[in-house]
Amino acid sequence: MAAVKDSIKILENIALTDDVFSMWLDASTIAKKAIPGQFVNLFSKDHSMMLPRPISICEIDKLGGRIRLVFRVVGKGTKEFSLLKRGDSIEVMGPLGNGFSIEGKKALIIGGGIGIPPLLQLSKDFAGEKHIVLGYRDTTFMEEDFRAYGNVYISTEDGSRGVKGNVVNAIEENNLDADIIYACGPTPMLKGLQQYAKEHNIKAQLSLEERMACGVGACLGCVCKSRSVDDHSMVNNKRVCKEGPVFYGDEVEL
Amino acid sequence: MQIVDIHYLEGFLTPNNINCVVSQLPKFDIHKKGDIMNTSVNIGGITFNNPVTTASGTFGSGIEYSDYVDLSKLGAVTTKGVASFPWGGNPTPRVIETPSGMLNAIGLQNPGVDVFIARDIPFLRKFDTKIIVNVVGKTIEDYCEVVDKLAECDVDMLEINISCPNVKEGGIAFGQDAKQVHYITSEIKKRAKQPIIMKLSPNVTDVTEMARAAEAGGADGISLINTLTGMKIDIHKRTYALGNKTGGLSGPAIRPIAVRMVDLVASVVKLPIIGMGGIASAEDALEFIMAGATMVAVGTANFNNPSATMDVVEGIKEYMSNYGISDIKELIGCVR
Repeated sequence: MAAVKDSIKILENIALTDDVFSMWLDASTIAKKAIPGQFVNLFSKDHSMMLPRPISICEIDKLGGRIRLVFRVVGKGTKEFSLLKRGDSIEVMGPLGNGFSIEGKKALIIGGGIGIPPLLQLSKDFAGEKHIVLGYRDTTFMEEDFRAYGNVYISTEDGSRGVKGNVVNAIEENNLDADIIYACGPTPMLKGLQQYAKEHNIKAQLSLEERMACGVGACLGCVCKSRSVDDHSMVNNKRVCKEGPVFYGDEVEL
Repeated sequence: MQIVDIHYLEGFLTPNNINCVVSQLPKFDIHKKGDIMNTSVNIGGITFNNPVTTASGTFGSGIEYSDYVDLSKLGAVTTKGVASFPWGGNPTPRVIETPSGMLNAIGLQNPGVDVFIARDIPFLRKFDTKIIVNVVGKTIEDYCEVVDKLAECDVDMLEINISCPNVKEGGIAFGQDAKQVHYITSEIKKRAKQPIIMKLSPNVTDVTEMARAAEAGGADGISLINTLTGMKIDIHKRTYALGNKTGGLSGPAIRPIAVRMVDLVASVVKLPIIGMGGIASAEDALEFIMAGATMVAVGTANFNNPSATMDVVEGIKEYMSNYGISDIKELIGCVR
């Protein structure tokens, strides 16, 4: 029996933008096991908030026994996490879910908004040629973190930086190609990339988002539609928290 | 270990003086008090090691939580609803947090009874715990098909779900009309080889009417409450927060309603009750027990604290130890 939910010390918690925060945790057990694309559940100290907050792992420092989480403040739970200081503790459970698998020689690594952070560790671990496409609404963040690991292309919806439009516009404008796509971001973006991958006959690993409760595969709250009948559910449903959050593009209906 | 009859201490043993009282009894080792403490309870002829189980739907069949919980420490595992064939459930979003609780509209997604029998029963049998199977159906024939298949299986008890608010057919449709409750209870009782517990809904005018109908129909026990129908609007997207529009409200927000319903039902039927609704701690569980529940189920709290079930078991023992209660049965319905 694994004591997977632990009280963990915060090593650093800083604001990257008005509402995006970067938190390093002293989490050697999690760091040892984690792979890119997995997530952890963070628990509020205020237990009137019954559900844990699933946050993807951004960086894994196996030697230093640390993990980094980058999250956006979207409600009461993430607001509480944003106010935590170095030395404070937080209840963390993980690593959870099924992360990215490293494959192919030339990767297109594509993130949208708060779907960008989970791709950093993957960008580090992928050894081949890589083009990294980061899509933002307006304010950019973590650009420099990615530049260390590949060519970075930016798109913004308001055109304030890089290509005006979305990540697919940035891919087309820069004539980027690959034999594997890795992506994380809002569902409309993933849907666009799923289509793009199919048209160009490229394999795609997509990290999905869905409202979760348990985070361990028990409650069946966070399912997505699967093309084939799933072995566990016996219907065309897969659990985002368990079989996912990373799926192949041709496995799921978005 | 000397067996001490705790009753002779009654009258002068209070939480404030227990330590000095115990210190005057050299052979009375407080750490060994578990040996003389009886937490076992009985429903329908089945003996459970302790009164704590899981609330159906929050714990799968225990597989996913077995990394976090020693299932052998639970009185029973109550499984997610099992139907006669695989159900796909409702569209997402299926869950949303609310103040001190959550709404869910999973829609009873399940892999069907055949997979349940082949995969989940052998898994659960590896643990020293009892198996309560929650049974769902769209028609009475559906329920009976599951009950018939389980009749030949190594499970301890059936919990018949006639109270799910998130499916259009079956579920709650059988639980809101006393005649239907009586009919489905008696039909299932005729075929079931295991004791049957009818799981009642709080979404009724008079829950005692449904409880009496279940008792008259031959039920071996009653579990309550299922979730309360609720709704949340996403004001940013200007739409319903749940794919199903409505969902079932659970968590501490509903606990006082649940305690009151257990008290009410316990006062009108003789059947044992499994009480549930927002139990997150031993203190919460004890409220239900004192209101008349023989067993308690922990549900939504598992999401907040994966070891909530074990914490409740330990906390009940600690309470019994602190107050010198030798048998949990002394507490059942003690407020009445």
